[in-house]
Parts: sequence; structure tokens; C-alpha cells
Amino acid sequence: MVEKVTIIVHSGDLDKIYSALIIGNGALAMGMDASLFFTFWGLQRLKKGDLEKGPLSKMNMLGLGSWMMKRRMKKANVAPLETLLQDFKDLDGKIIACEMTMEVMGMRKEDLHEDVIDEYGAVGTYIKEANESAITLFI
Amino acid sequence: MTEIEVDCRDQNCPVPLVETRKALKKASPGDVVEVVGNHPASKKEIPMAVEALGLELLSLDEEGEEWRIRIRR
Repeated sequence: MVEKVTIIVHSGDLDKIYSALIIGNGALAMGMDASLFFTFWGLQRLKKGDLEKGPLSKMNMLGLGSWMMKRRMKKANVAPLETLLQDFKDLDGKIIACEMTMEVMGMRKEDLHEDVIDEYGAVGTYIKEANESAITLFI
Repeated sequence: MTEIEVDCRDQNCPVPLVETRKALKKASPGDVVEVVGNHPASKKEIPMAVEALGLELLSLDEEGEEWRIRIRR
């Protein structure tokens, strides 16, 4: 049976979104299944156009840190988040949006990057995914 | 039997792994995927993925920083 990775993307920080997508893509590249459950601040990043808007988790320095990090990543030829997100989808990764977060934070489907979201779910959806997974992470 | 070439030179993690996986998905059994790149970690990790996927690693050649990996689907 194919092994699975499930990641809760709770943080909306730039570096943490990178981690989630890199790990998700890594798992898919190794022949595993991968699900990313976007909740709270993580789901904010799935609002249209907001993917790269997160602050750095440390040393953000009012945005200067994030700007410097993006520059360094570009110099090191690290792919942008939108590319990694598309790659994740191309390799059949699953993206789940947390319905509770949408309700609490007043987000509608139309506000979100709908074409990358496979499912809208609540905690039961996450527990089911995690239960089937060899690797579960909270980012 | 088709040969598929993947050029991921100057691409950083995880793009070489991702592009290799994409090419392998598109390939038919018997096809050979050749990946060329220069990211050091990928030189180790692509063979790991090939093994995890149960496919055949045909060769790994290096020339300076550049490596060339051939995989049979």
C-alpha cells in the first residue's frame, strides 16, 4: 500500500509555507501520497494572490527580513511558492481547506485559490487523513 | 522505447526531484528518463526516490559539479 504524508499547515509564515510545500513535494517525488490541510493562518495564504504575503517566522523586521529571504531564494534558484504549489498539484497532491477557519475568519470560497483546493473539510477530514498516514506533521 | 531528457541544471531543492517524478509519471514502462543537474543533494536523493518507486537506476555519471542520472521506467 502506498504510504502517505499529511501536513497541517497552521502557520502562514513564508518560510513555513515553503517547508510544507517542499516536504509535500518531496514525499510525492518519492512515490508517496501527500495531503496538506490548510487551517488558520495557513489558509490565509490560499486567498487569491496571498501565497507569498506571509511574514518570516523570525527576524521579519517589519517585512525587511521577508524581502531579504525572497531575494536570497531567488539568487539560489529556489522555485517560487506558486510553482511549488502547482508542482504539488501536478503530482496529485491533495489540498484541503479548513471550513471552520473559513467560517471564523469570514472567508468565502470565491476569496480562495479555488482551482488548487481539492476538498473543504473539518477536523474529521484531517483525522481520517492523518490516520491513514505514515508521517504526520504540524507546520 | 523513448528517451526523455530532464534538464534541471541550476535548479534547487525540490525541483530536480519533482521534475524527475513528473517525467517518470509521463513515461511508459521501458522508457528511459535521463536527468541532468548540478544540485548536490539531488545526486543522492534521486537514486533514493528511484529505489522507493521500485524502478531501475541505470547509471549515475558525474563531471565536476554536474551529474547525469539514467532511470528505466
